[in-house]
Amino acid sequence: MMRYLAPLVVFAIMIPVFMVGLKRDPTMLPSPFLDKPAPEFELPKLKDLSQTVSNKDYAGQVALVNVWATWCVGCRQEHEFLIRLSQENPLPIYGLNWRDRREDGLAWLQQLGDPYVASGYDADGRAGIDWGVYGAPETFLISKDGRVLYKHLGPLNRVIWEREFVPKIAADHGATP
Amino acid sequence: MKKLLLVIALLAASPLLFAIDTGKAFDDPVLQARYETIISEVRCLKCQNQTIKDSNAFLAGDLRREIRRMLAEGKTDDEIYDFLVVRYGEFALYRPRMSGKTLILWIAPGLFILLGGIVAIRVVRKRMSMPIDDDDEIEPNQAAS
Repeated sequence: MMRYLAPLVVFAIMIPVFMVGLKRDPTMLPSPFLDKPAPEFELPKLKDLSQTVSNKDYAGQVALVNVWATWCVGCRQEHEFLIRLSQENPLPIYGLNWRDRREDGLAWLQQLGDPYVASGYDADGRAGIDWGVYGAPETFLISKDGRVLYKHLGPLNRVIWEREFVPKIAADHGATP
Repeated sequence: MKKLLLVIALLAASPLLFAIDTGKAFDDPVLQARYETIISEVRCLKCQNQTIKDSNAFLAGDLRREIRRMLAEGKTDDEIYDFLVVRYGEFALYRPRMSGKTLILWIAPGLFILLGGIVAIRVVRKRMSMPIDDDDEIEPNQAAS
């Protein structure tokens, strides 16, 4: 009896293991910064290189840091949502213009609107590396005390916003935003 | 014929043209060797089955640049690996370091060999204790069943 049952038991154990494995996307890597202090940065502002934008600008606030570039298709997809979000204004959105040409970035904001309080211009990708960015768009939710509450990979939209961001923002505020 | 030879020679040389990280990063052979070791140990997060040595994704280029910078600044190999792990997690290293989270990766192969070995030994022992039957011919009634 045992010799027939054993393979069946092993198989039964393997099914859920592989089911989970199949459904996980290996390109979606968890951020090592989750629940840890977000990386610091200080970059020239895309719109005015003589000024800088840094993590200190949103200290004490729940904020969004969105990594974008004009060559990034997903960024184009989420841009409209970011514009809407900035109009509803539940929190300040900061941009990290990652490895882009400045004139392209400026033209993009001109044509499609600018949802950002400010965008840091990270021409050589140095700040991107500090944030563990490996593909735009990436969106970091920063808590009041400067921790990474959540990182979303890929284009943002209303559904993901309501499901992943809103509860975490509410929890950090201790009240509905 | 000469043309053909030329074409063959050019084709044979073409992999060199596709090499990503060409040229020397450092004049110092020791630094250069360390650099090459490190970049073949680091995963390109954008193209996950390549090292940053093999990848031409710009992220790989950026990471190579940062590694060159750190080597030039006199950072140790461990400091450089730490830099990457802090930002990208253990997954960035092709050989993740032993820790609570990665322990399973390190012990799993040994465990599977052990389990497989036990099963194999048991099967062989059982077979050995079976009566030897040299009659290879299949009896008609057996074949039908």
